[in-house]
Amino acid sequence: MAASIEREDIHRLHAIARQVRTEYKKPMRDGIVEKIYQHSQSIAEEVTSRSERRRIDWDGRLDAILTSRYFGFPIMLALLGAVFWVTIAGANVPSGLLADGFGWLEGKLTDLFMWAGAPAWLHGILVLGLYRGVSWVVSVMLPPMAIFFPLFALLEDFGYLPRVAFNLDRLFKKAGGHGKQSLTMAMGFGCNAAGIISCRIIESPRERMIAILTNNFVPCNGRWPTLILLSSLFLAGAVGIGANVTAAALIVVGMVLFGIMMTLFVSWALSKTMLRGVPSHFTLELPPYRKPQFGRTIVRSVYDKTLFVLKRAVITAAPAGIVIWLLANITVGDQHVLDHIAGWLTPFAHAIGLDGYILMAFLLGLPANEIVVPILIMGYMASGAMVELDDMNALKTLFLEHGWTWLTALNVMLFSLLHYPCGTTIYTIAKETKSVKWTVLAALIPLSIAVAVCFIVAQVVRYFGWV
Amino acid sequence: MKRLSAEKRVELLQRKFGIEASVEQKVVALAGNPNTGKSTVFNALTGLNQHTGNWPGKTVGNAQGTFMHKGQPFLLVDLPGTYSLLPNSVDEQVARDFICFGRPDVTLVVVDATALERNLNLALQVMEMTDQVVLCVNLMDEAKRKGITVDIEGLAQKLGVPVVATAARQRQGLSELKDRLFDVAAGKVVPSPLVLRYDEEVEQAICELEVQLAPLLKGTMKARWVALRLLDGDSTLLEDIEKYMADAELPKHTLGREVSPSWPQA
Repeated sequence: MAASIEREDIHRLHAIARQVRTEYKKPMRDGIVEKIYQHSQSIAEEVTSRSERRRIDWDGRLDAILTSRYFGFPIMLALLGAVFWVTIAGANVPSGLLADGFGWLEGKLTDLFMWAGAPAWLHGILVLGLYRGVSWVVSVMLPPMAIFFPLFALLEDFGYLPRVAFNLDRLFKKAGGHGKQSLTMAMGFGCNAAGIISCRIIESPRERMIAILTNNFVPCNGRWPTLILLSSLFLAGAVGIGANVTAAALIVVGMVLFGIMMTLFVSWALSKTMLRGVPSHFTLELPPYRKPQFGRTIVRSVYDKTLFVLKRAVITAAPAGIVIWLLANITVGDQHVLDHIAGWLTPFAHAIGLDGYILMAFLLGLPANEIVVPILIMGYMASGAMVELDDMNALKTLFLEHGWTWLTALNVMLFSLLHYPCGTTIYTIAKETKSVKWTVLAALIPLSIAVAVCFIVAQVVRYFGWV
Repeated sequence: MKRLSAEKRVELLQRKFGIEASVEQKVVALAGNPNTGKSTVFNALTGLNQHTGNWPGKTVGNAQGTFMHKGQPFLLVDLPGTYSLLPNSVDEQVARDFICFGRPDVTLVVVDATALERNLNLALQVMEMTDQVVLCVNLMDEAKRKGITVDIEGLAQKLGVPVVATAARQRQGLSELKDRLFDVAAGKVVPSPLVLRYDEEVEQAICELEVQLAPLLKGTMKARWVALRLLDGDSTLLEDIEKYMADAELPKHTLGREVSPSWPQA
């Protein structure tokens, strides 16, 4: 081996190091580092010159506005709101068209099965279970995702996300977390598992743990469609552009804000209890703004995100469709298995403003948040109320027939926002923390908050008789 | 500093860093701050001849690429983007370890022409570790747009290492960059980096330590740099010396737990 230093010499080095430590009690680190910075600065000043006729510093000016103390947050919210508005307003028409198309095809498929003389149970499993499940997932989720993800990617490409992190930095420090937690949270908007991995950028173990435990509180790709769909169905009507759409967009923005508040609150609570300590210091560098590469960004976000999420949803929804159809058609005693389960969950679910089917959908949706709503739809459809899948209003009708009110929609959104992280994320947390205790806490903390919040909302609304 | 024989270096890179080099290849370590276009430089130099992996035992990504210049094969090793080499994070430690113990023929430091005051800091730290340094002042196009001019000649004189201006996105300055890498790797140009002077107290301590350290290090590392690290209380260096420099019975590498910072890149 290229051993260049003998063993005993290494012992001598250690001895010297010990001697240094006793001789110079206070390490000279600060002085040394400072000197390097000084040199670096003075050399840079000597060799750089800025032309008199200085070009306008657009980056600086833009930053002064986008990260300003007064305009930073309003602009942030306005941009977020605009993105949701466009998504909600734009998704209705293609969603309707897709649903029409799938409905038409379903008719043809049924004709085909009848013509072939196929048994009713086969038609049930394949068409009413599998095909319907998949077609609902596609028509309900594809259009909003195909609009939302590219828009978000463009903002990211432009360099806006680091500014968001910068704006939030102050708040996170106040909450006892690390400033970089705002970045890991921003990653969580894409995918919580990725957000958890990105927590590695936080060096202090205490602050990293806080970031990991709270990442779940921002909606990920799998939950955006749920939030957007429910807010537009129950607050914007199924069709139409105008005040309704604005209201729906505002609701989604409100959800995001609530999630961020919860992140800050839980971070604060943790840093006062289980993870006590002082936030460490760091420098956040804002990269320059860049003109987004429109074509590439849009294509990439459609391929990488939209189709990826959709594929995951379809792959998990297809077998789930069959399982649910079976549960709904196998009878034990006088009821279907599905109704047994839902019925058993109902008392608890009702107390927190949900119903048994919704709770079951969340439980079955553990592997991926994308499939919660699809499972719910399949559950409802299987439990008797057969709906024609020809337009988006049908979905609302389906929900209404199962006793939904705006409170149900709101609580589903809240529960989706706050409940435990998906299976993939939990697995990632276990791998990152290498601790059963923290992994369990990472699921239990959000779950208890979700239950508590939904319970309070449901009870308050019912007490005042608002529904 | 003494050079390793080519065979020994190949073995070292393979065993300690999981990098497959050949005896003929000159090894270039690529360092730089984040957001300096370091990856663009890497891509511009190596084209499609790249492969990626991980640093042994670390979850920090590692990219290597090859290129030929004047008939000389080069292996370019992309280090994590860092602001300094004081091992505060795993990234910084990985970068420092490779520059210090991987014995590259040249360390190429990429800096942002529009933010020299911040970026030179890393270059100065590298120059304390090794003489074999080439500085690449990148993003000259962006600097021009912002009305910033950099006196490349003057910078080279002050630093005592070759300095090349590039706009890697426009592929400008790349052939000169390769010329300089070739010169330094082949020993045609011998850089003599600026020696930073610290406060009197520090300098005195360095002086005393250097005398004791030099015979132990036997030219494998700069005694001045090791002295500085001991003085600033860097506890990881000795462990790393043991890990990378001691004899073969030592475990190949200990597993690191910590991992890579990465800005969610736009």
